[in-house]
Amino acid sequence: MEALTLDRIQFAFTITYHYLFPQLTMGLAPLIVVFKTLAIWKKDERWNEAARFWAKIFGITFLFGVVTGIPMEFQFGTNWAAFSKYAGGVIGQTLAMEGTFAFFLESSFIGLFLFGEKRLGQKLHWLSAVLIFVGTWLSGWFIIATNAWMQHPVGYETVADKSVQLTSFWSLVLNEWAFYQYLHNMGGAFVTGSFAVAALGAFYLLSRKQVEFGKMFLKVGVSAACLGSIWMLFPSGDLQGRMIAKNQPVTLAAMEGLFHSEQGAGIVLIGQPDMEKQQLDNAITIPNALSFITYQRWDAHVKGLDAFPMDQHPDNVPLLYYSFHIMVGLGTIFIAVMFLAAFGLWRGWLFNANWMMWIIMLSFPLPFIANTAGWMTSELGRQPWLVYGLFRTEHGASPMVSSGNVLFTLLGFLGMYTVLSLLYIFLMLRRIEHGADELSATSLIGEPDLGDRESAAY
Amino acid sequence: METIWFWIVAVMLTCYVVLDGFDIGAGIAHYFVGRTAKERETVISAISPVWDGNEVWLLATGGTLYFAFPALYAAGFSGFYLPLIIVLWLLILRATGIELRHQLDNSMWHSFWDFVFCLSSLLLAIFFGAALGNVVRGVPLNADGYFFEPLWTDFRTTGTTGILDWFTVLSGVVALVALTVHGANYLAVKTEGEMNARSRKLVGVGWYALVGLTILSLIAVANLRDGILSNYRNYPITWLVPVAVIGSLVAIKYFNVKGKDKAAFMGSSAYLAFMLVGAVVALFPNILPAIDPARSLTIYNSAAGAYGLGVGLIWWSIGIVIALGYFVFLFRTFRGKVKESLH
Repeated sequence: MEALTLDRIQFAFTITYHYLFPQLTMGLAPLIVVFKTLAIWKKDERWNEAARFWAKIFGITFLFGVVTGIPMEFQFGTNWAAFSKYAGGVIGQTLAMEGTFAFFLESSFIGLFLFGEKRLGQKLHWLSAVLIFVGTWLSGWFIIATNAWMQHPVGYETVADKSVQLTSFWSLVLNEWAFYQYLHNMGGAFVTGSFAVAALGAFYLLSRKQVEFGKMFLKVGVSAACLGSIWMLFPSGDLQGRMIAKNQPVTLAAMEGLFHSEQGAGIVLIGQPDMEKQQLDNAITIPNALSFITYQRWDAHVKGLDAFPMDQHPDNVPLLYYSFHIMVGLGTIFIAVMFLAAFGLWRGWLFNANWMMWIIMLSFPLPFIANTAGWMTSELGRQPWLVYGLFRTEHGASPMVSSGNVLFTLLGFLGMYTVLSLLYIFLMLRRIEHGADELSATSLIGEPDLGDRESAAY
Repeated sequence: METIWFWIVAVMLTCYVVLDGFDIGAGIAHYFVGRTAKERETVISAISPVWDGNEVWLLATGGTLYFAFPALYAAGFSGFYLPLIIVLWLLILRATGIELRHQLDNSMWHSFWDFVFCLSSLLLAIFFGAALGNVVRGVPLNADGYFFEPLWTDFRTTGTTGILDWFTVLSGVVALVALTVHGANYLAVKTEGEMNARSRKLVGVGWYALVGLTILSLIAVANLRDGILSNYRNYPITWLVPVAVIGSLVAIKYFNVKGKDKAAFMGSSAYLAFMLVGAVVALFPNILPAIDPARSLTIYNSAAGAYGLGVGLIWWSIGIVIALGYFVFLFRTFRGKVKESLH
């Protein structure tokens, strides 16, 4: 294989793997703030227990996010040197800002948050939880702003040596694309976090391990997941879709599997792209729907792939098409499941509905898949460009790094991350098992004192 | 403007080496200072609330380098492809060693992560030292401003060079010993009783090796290539840097003997800082010297555009002041001796 192909596989693999962790930590962070707030507001120590329980899961996940995140920044230089030389003058800004504004914040307060409850006292500990939330979401902003510039370059000029340089800081940081992408992406992380909380609640109820806490987790998790899932469709998903229609119409055509331009185009629910015949096989379509949601007119003209030159088409249309459809399909299921669960919560039958507990418990991996598919849509949709309309992916790799060396490191990452996966799963299962015991120990005692669990005596 | 950013990157790198240096050093000294499982837990507890923040200096330095000198970031990171990816793996291993050890109450689990933590720290020290050695020695940049080095060739500093040659291996060993002394100083500050005594002893013994290696490496640098000391010849004031290196070495020994651990730790921090400043002074205005001097990457030919650098200075100044505030708060909250396990 060519070095370029291996560079792409390595980046795709390491970023996909990495993002499994931050989406959970970014999703859990606001929920931990909710737990902490409830504990202080209602003066109910059980919520503090819940916060501590999830903080431990947050801590392990955060660690995995950190260690798998460092390779991302490095790879810009190691594997994508030509791209870095070209665009570093612009995206170096946002990446450096992430380090300066977000990483220092997160890394300092994670220690305080995890180990400092006793030393800080309740109010400061609450504040450290809020700052962790702010830090992780700020980190998200800078990464999204970086990616948004690659999707929709603004505020730059091309200079004599053919590299791009920044001309407007605020255009870069407040890129319109970044705004909509951020709304959608952070909503996705929130869905992952709330599904995890709800799923664990369902597990504790089903296994009769920790019924009281199970119900608490379900209340918070289901409410949050219901709001989050709706948010993903409307308004954030809708806005994101219109951004793509406006700025990357060829990507929209490929995502939707629209091979030919149409007046009054429909939305495809199911169907398999046939690239040779340039058509969808076995298509089930809602007529005129695509025209309407894109342009708010039932008979609007939507450009298909045939309206664009071949060398502008995303280089893997079927994968892009499936990624998008998997994301949307799962998103629809999330709304259905969590709407029903929230209804049950309101009417009071949720905790007795075993079948619903099973569904909630088993659906915890789905948001991870949906978020991954969403990012694949975004990144495959940008192809064949690294910087949309400016710089092609094929020109971005490091010129002097041979394919043999990239294969060596790719295999190394595969091995390393396999071990990390086993460790993570092992530790999570243990935490769920142990966490239940810790929680029950507390509720038996009745009134635990603050910070007792954390015998971090110095 | 380029000069300002050159020094900002240098200062950030120094912060990284001084701060994460003691984490790495604690890892190297792990088995020497911590003889029992309980004691080794204390070693980990001494660094566990701060190591992550310290490591962020590496990321922030990398990010700043990328932002201010994109062409250098591209050339350097792709040229040092193999050692950098190996460093990434070692950083992963080190982090898991520190953070996963306490997750299970099982002696085999503890032994395993102790070993991972110590070995990865040790190798990190050597790799970082060797990397700096490569920058000082110079790399085979081509006309397009790229290069690639295998891990080793014939261990000579001329011809087809590798990442490891006699000079960069020497740099690696200097880093290993320097960080060991630094980490042992940190552990002396954070521990009591026998562990404190062992840490002090390690500083005392390590100091002799450090003095010998420092002299050896200075001689080696002076003879490495022509013109390497030209900044020192042209600006005699710069000789204060080697004097400061000697001064900090004396300080380490003096305060170590006196039993003033904090002052000795300041001494080893100053030693690391001045050694780096010494190297940086020799390089300036080169940032990655080439074997063929005409191809060297300087701060001028690798910097980002003037507007970007200017606007960066504004947010960077704000950001770094806030970040220093965090660090003061963090280190104050966890100040004092580690009396018991944190976990």
